[in-house]
Amino acid sequence: MSRLRMPEADRTVLERREAIVAALRAIVPGEGVIAGEREMRPYESDGLTAYRQLPMVVVLPDTTEQVSRVLRYCHENRIRVVPRGAGTSLSGGALPLADGVLLGMGKFNRIREIDLANRVVVAEPGVTNLAITRAVEDAGFYYAPDPSSQIACTIGGNVAENSGGVHCLKYGLTTNNVLGCELVLMTGEVVRLGGKHLDSGGYDLLGVVTGSEGLLGVVTEVTVRILRKPETARAVLVGFPSSEDAGACVARIIGAGIIPAGMEMMDRPAIQAAEDFVHAGYPLDVEALLIVELDGPRAEVDHLIERVSEIARACGATTLKASTSEEERLLFWAGRKAAFPAVGRISPDYYCMDGTIPRARLPQVLARMREMQQTYGLRVANVFHAGDGNLHPLILYDANNPGELERAEAFGAEILKLCVEVGGVLTGEHGVGVEKRDLMPAMFDEADLAHQQRLKCAFDAEGLLNPGKVFPTLHRCAELGRMHVRGGRIAFPDIPRF
Amino acid sequence: MADAIKPREATEVREAVEAAIAEGKTLEVVGQGSKRAIGRAAQWDLTLDLSGLSGVTLYEPEELVLSARAGTPLAEIEALMAEHRQQLAFEPIDYGPIFGAAAGRGTLGGVLAANLSGPRRLVAGAARDHFLGFSAVSGRGERFKAGGRVVKNVTGYDLAKLAAGSWGTLAVLTDVTVKVLPRPETEESLLLFGLDDRAAIAALSRAMGSTGEVSGAAHLPAAAAAKTVVASLAGGRAVTALRLEGVPPSILHRRNVLQSLLKPCGELAVLPEEASRTLWRSIRDVTPFAAAVTGLERPLWRISTAPVQGPEIAARIAAGTDVSILYDWAGGLLWALLPPSDDAGAGLVRAAVAACGGHATLIRAPASARATVSVFEPPDPVAAMLTKRIKQNFDPQGVLNPGRMYAGV
Repeated sequence: MSRLRMPEADRTVLERREAIVAALRAIVPGEGVIAGEREMRPYESDGLTAYRQLPMVVVLPDTTEQVSRVLRYCHENRIRVVPRGAGTSLSGGALPLADGVLLGMGKFNRIREIDLANRVVVAEPGVTNLAITRAVEDAGFYYAPDPSSQIACTIGGNVAENSGGVHCLKYGLTTNNVLGCELVLMTGEVVRLGGKHLDSGGYDLLGVVTGSEGLLGVVTEVTVRILRKPETARAVLVGFPSSEDAGACVARIIGAGIIPAGMEMMDRPAIQAAEDFVHAGYPLDVEALLIVELDGPRAEVDHLIERVSEIARACGATTLKASTSEEERLLFWAGRKAAFPAVGRISPDYYCMDGTIPRARLPQVLARMREMQQTYGLRVANVFHAGDGNLHPLILYDANNPGELERAEAFGAEILKLCVEVGGVLTGEHGVGVEKRDLMPAMFDEADLAHQQRLKCAFDAEGLLNPGKVFPTLHRCAELGRMHVRGGRIAFPDIPRF
Repeated sequence: MADAIKPREATEVREAVEAAIAEGKTLEVVGQGSKRAIGRAAQWDLTLDLSGLSGVTLYEPEELVLSARAGTPLAEIEALMAEHRQQLAFEPIDYGPIFGAAAGRGTLGGVLAANLSGPRRLVAGAARDHFLGFSAVSGRGERFKAGGRVVKNVTGYDLAKLAAGSWGTLAVLTDVTVKVLPRPETEESLLLFGLDDRAAIAALSRAMGSTGEVSGAAHLPAAAAAKTVVASLAGGRAVTALRLEGVPPSILHRRNVLQSLLKPCGELAVLPEEASRTLWRSIRDVTPFAAAVTGLERPLWRISTAPVQGPEIAARIAAGTDVSILYDWAGGLLWALLPPSDDAGAGLVRAAVAACGGHATLIRAPASARATVSVFEPPDPVAAMLTKRIKQNFDPQGVLNPGRMYAGV
């Protein structure tokens, strides 16, 4: 396991473990408190399995009242809390703390209301992303954000991470599709943010809670908007002799005023791995493959497929195939959707990165990554949400070879720094968690991070909720509250004085 | 009016805020002042005029991104985007007509700080949904940045959401980056006539649940419809309008879908592109309730609620006073014009919203009313505590627009 500095365990808390477990059992009866080592084992890591830590105790509440009482108790007794949904985070957002309560929200698994007239669904946070779509698809609706893990990941986790998916260029991220939530603060106080209406009457607290990675509060109910399922969808598969050509094609499509429902790119190693795995009919003699999906009314989709095809030919496409049936469209996607497991077949381990770059910098970034492959002696396969510039380089390594995991991590860090260097960001959709925490200073300076933490201080002044995530150093709120006034200095000597 | 500081650089903004902190003064943060009459009636010692921080600093149409200094006129940005057939998809309202001022004013920073939107909010989001990143000076006199210049980013807290709709009470925006999108090739509208409010909202709800991909859904009761481009078509009746945008073959197809869906609802007409644009501009800017039509004295409320609750809120207000309504967002946005009164109708409006859900903002009212009633929706006690703490943490001495949103914030 690679080294990661987490907040030092509080010995005085660990010494009180027995009493704490008893107190929690009084709040959440029966099997809702898990304290045995073996039973806690499934909770020791999330989707970022390189990091593992058993929590002090696992609590699985099933009412808002219980969540509130657990948090109030932990607040009063200065006990740290790590919230967890399905545990699919790829950034270690739900990594437990040795002296912390792991608050699992899995029992909140009911859909509370389907309101088709207002086009919203009210769900408990442990409902899976896909279950929301399943609940409304017979009526012709769906929930738009579709992270790849949608069969398992929960809507509460989606809110915490502001999850995306392959369709977010056109339909937005979680934050653009959530209308309201019920939130329990670390103090146990309960607040409702938003509702079935749009926007906030005051500060947009729902907007900052979304994507806050479980550091501001625990979501106990979510209201999302649902959309009418598009009449039809078609995809076109386009191969290019270089990733530069593919990148230029993406820019030309958007420049022509077309916003596809999805636009994915894969490089040669990813194409090869995917084709070997699912036989989607991908061309193997190209350097880059684009999948462009259009959705909407049949007339519009047919019209735009033609325009996209013209643009692709003008950009030097060497193969071009438009889906003519739903089966064919799904086959085109099957390769892309299986890209991660496909890569898993050709390498014992892989490490998935998640930077976003301005798309025009793609050739430069790919060239630098090729150089880095030499430096680190590790191969990379690239899948790329091309429409919005979100890169997923998969670094191939073998954890059984001493030092390879550390090399892969160093390689990944260098890729993310490169993303920032060219004007991009550290994470497009996976979150900072523990994984990118120590890289935050590559993107934000002290003042930037201090202002983010001042938001944290408004919600959780003692820093008890999910500490060790997102911020490389968690400053004390009192320290952040100090004002550094440059006393008596006169600004604007030439303007009317106060 | 207070004396003004007009910085030309972000460093000068910081110096101005530092000086205000050092001398214990308050600042009114303005761009072009086009929304100055919105908010609680409060007094500030000095005006921080950002109109000198102007100019587009980055525009890459193919990356769907534009950065500008916060005081850049919106009109300049819209003209630039139009050259590339792009737009701000959230369709920000122009408050000029409501306040009897010139149209076409306002800055990009102001659009974001007030979280403006328009009819397309229903499907494309508000300013908050297109606000990618910013640099600012907080009330602590510190420069900081948040977000980025790419459309997909979850690195750190989404402080752009916090800044959007904070009305300059937390930080002075100096540079902002927004997502821009292609303009639809063309548009038209489908009109229904003579529906009462409930029947209209039910029809809009059916349309929104169809594959018609409606990008604007409004209902103008007879009095409001009579003051728009469709007055003669309406002939004294209410008008329910659905906007279709996109490529011509798509619009034609969706028109057919909606016509067969809505035929049972009554008489239908198609409004061609140019008249459609005019109509939706009127709806966006609420011109039936413009100062030139109603005078400045009549209070105007903006109410956001669940769409099917729209007519219920209207009915509750109407039970207590003589109110005119214009519905947008398929019933989820109400513009309510009330007769003048001491509390600007706050008692009635707040009670209706409390019963039905949502939030209400008193957009236009005499300063005397805005000094006595809550202009923004009063938050519940926990949200109020969070609001105060955020303000305290970003602007501990209350230098930036104190009191504009809430007393003590």
